Amino acid sequence: MFDALSARFAKTFGNLRSKGKISSSDIDSVLDEITSALLEADVAKEVVDLFTERIGAQAAALLPTLQAGSNQAQAIFDVVNSELIKILGSEGRRIRFAKNPPTVIMLAGLQGAGKTTLAAKLAKFYKDQGNTPLLIAADLQRPNAVTQLQVLGEQIGVPVFAPEQGNGSGNAVEVARDGIAFAQSKVHNMVIVDTAGRLGVDDELMDEAIAIRNQIQPHEILFVIDSMIGQSAIATARAFEQGVGFDGLVLTKLDGDARGGAALSITEVLKRPIMFVSTGEKISDFDLFYPERMASRILGLGDVATLAEQAKKALNPETSAKLEEKFARGDDFTLEDFLEQLEAMANMGSMGKLLSMLPGAASMKKQIENFDESEIVRTKAIVQSMTPHERRDVKVLNGTRRARIARGSGRAVSEVNSLVERFSAAQKAMKQMRNGSMPAGMPAAMSGMPAIPASKSAVVHKKKSKSGNPAKRAAEERG
Amino acid sequence: MGIFSKFLSKIKVTELLHKPDLDELADELIAADIGADLAHSIIEQTRKVKSATPEESLHTVLLSHLSKKERSISTASGVTAVMVVGVNGTGKTTSVAKLARNFQSQGTVVLAAADTFRAAAVEQLQTWGQRIGVEVVSGKENSDPASVAFDAISKAQQLSAAFLLIDTAGRLHNKSDLMNELGKIKRVIEKVTPVSEVLLVIDATTGQNGLQQAKIFAEAVQVTGIVLTKLDGSARGGIALAIEDSLDIPIKFVGTGESIEDLAPFNPDEYVKGLIS
Ligand SMILES: Nc1nc2c(ncn2[C@@H]2O[C@H](COP(=O)(O)OP(=O)(O)O)[C@@H](O)[C@H]2O)c(=O)[nH]1
Ligand SMILES: [Mg+2]
Repeated sequence: MFDALSARFAKTFGNLRSKGKISSSDIDSVLDEITSALLEADVAKEVVDLFTERIGAQAAALLPTLQAGSNQAQAIFDVVNSELIKILGSEGRRIRFAKNPPTVIMLAGLQGAGKTTLAAKLAKFYKDQGNTPLLIAADLQRPNAVTQLQVLGEQIGVPVFAPEQGNGSGNAVEVARDGIAFAQSKVHNMVIVDTAGRLGVDDELMDEAIAIRNQIQPHEILFVIDSMIGQSAIATARAFEQGVGFDGLVLTKLDGDARGGAALSITEVLKRPIMFVSTGEKISDFDLFYPERMASRILGLGDVATLAEQAKKALNPETSAKLEEKFARGDDFTLEDFLEQLEAMANMGSMGKLLSMLPGAASMKKQIENFDESEIVRTKAIVQSMTPHERRDVKVLNGTRRARIARGSGRAVSEVNSLVERFSAAQKAMKQMRNGSMPAGMPAAMSGMPAIPASKSAVVHKKKSKSGNPAKRAAEERG
Repeated sequence: MGIFSKFLSKIKVTELLHKPDLDELADELIAADIGADLAHSIIEQTRKVKSATPEESLHTVLLSHLSKKERSISTASGVTAVMVVGVNGTGKTTSVAKLARNFQSQGTVVLAAADTFRAAAVEQLQTWGQRIGVEVVSGKENSDPASVAFDAISKAQQLSAAFLLIDTAGRLHNKSDLMNELGKIKRVIEKVTPVSEVLLVIDATTGQNGLQQAKIFAEAVQVTGIVLTKLDGSARGGIALAIEDSLDIPIKFVGTGESIEDLAPFNPDEYVKGLIS
């Protein structure tokens, strides 16, 4: 998602960063770039105009105050970033629990948006937090929507209230009403009502949704929207807002590569927060919405936080518990840990997928596609040719030892050297992480990972040069 | 909508040459999900076409961006096998049922419930099968979709069916394992009988991501046509024009509602009118 948008931003800001002093015409060209990127991302035209207007005004006001030599591009970048976060909802709102349970949540949205699956995901999410949700099957329209909810309910161990089989018959308002009564009698503290998909322009079906709402007085109405939706998002959201009304948004199918600009449009125009995201077909593919993550993804900063979480999931519990312990003790991160992490990463699936979540990923698409997965295998071979003592303390690796390791693993000495260098960097990163400057759970192996050939356009962050050698540094900057 | 036709009829072709107006026209096309770049080049071209009215010029230019390929279903001498594919929730199962109804007048139709993944997807197709009186071949839950398709061909041949329609599980095009699975389903069928059509179902509300969908599905299973669904909503489905323009895949049918009869062969004139009305 948001891939191309982040690629374009990365490029634009890359150009901007290469300039010494930014003029107002530079800002104009940035605004043009942002406009077409946002349009390509399906952000509604009216929202694009509002957005660029605000950015333009703020950037213009900022320019004269910037000291020569300060990072002006960064300042403008920050303006764009914070404005994006502002639109996406500065703080992600959570479900409001009712004072008198059950808390009633009603879902509404277009056909095929993903409501039924989402109903089950919500139920599972809140069940895991100690709640006792009941699902109500009030989509009596789509053939076997009721069966689908029943199957899902069974899977997650959440009861489903489904007195009507649906398929075009039965009264959804009555089902919803009886479901609430049932929930009260069985002391469920939460009720999630799945409803039929409907078009904003279908008055009859919208009236049904309104009737359900009036009957059950939900505490939260969630508007479920497909992240692939285009420019009609605003009209649709407005129709739902004026019809049944809604309190929050859920963005579905974010595991796709749609840029999801509709999220920006709706939050900007209707001032409703995005509360949850649905990120796959499995029940567990569900998360709270984090505006900063989405904004940094848009801006090409990569979704480091999500990556860290995935990495945490992939590391086996024993390994990560061990690591966390070491961490707490303040022990050094060793090549043995590094090896374990490499293995865990191999288990996480394709390296390319992981890399795509890293900062600037969109602009590195080519490199990521060409990423050589066998690099991990080679790295492993090198580590495995070391003695346990060497793995625990790389400082002992003198020339003779390195030559031996190279022979043992069938790699060149230069490869051994570069691994040691990268590992030391990872170790350092690990130390920083302990000091709280990086997201916890992020495998250190990521930062010591086999190098990706960088290209000039790929450089999003001004890379801090590790080298004190000017020639080497220049080479780094050239990529 | 609406604003556009009012806007258009108020201005003359000569005024179309005036830049600000053209920008506004482009905005209207963008609002139909045609995409910014294509919208701008369409407007540029419209300027150069001389017609009685600006509507006509624009109409002509829009039509010229549609595919020249055949829009009717190509049939085989034996069973005409049609695979229906697409991302999740676009309307594949519903479209399979509608197509079955459409083909019924030409002979026996068999449906293959090869969405063995989504909960109750098989039951959904079976319900449709019962309603219209066609046989639905299904396997056990989570069974291999390719083997369901394979069984369905045998059934279709046994019944001397004219059509076999294969419903598949929704999948996001960026999931390569699922795209490979789709290719496998197709290859399994092709061992027995050629696949006459692979129809990609595109939801009319889809934004620019639709291009990516079409591109990757086409690479995986050689899509032969598009079913554009949910045109009964407020979306105008301009993404389909972008797909036709860049990938030369013709829209073959449009879906205009949830009932079985809400399917029509694609009509370029009507579609283009819908885009700019
Ligand atoms: N309004 C409208 N709804 C449609 C159309 N085609 C399908 N649907 C609805 O879209 C939803 C998803 O359809 P389904 O066939 O299950 O999608 P699939 O997941 O692609 O198989 C259902 O509620 C259908 O009734 C259409 O042309 N117009
Ligand atoms: Mg289906």
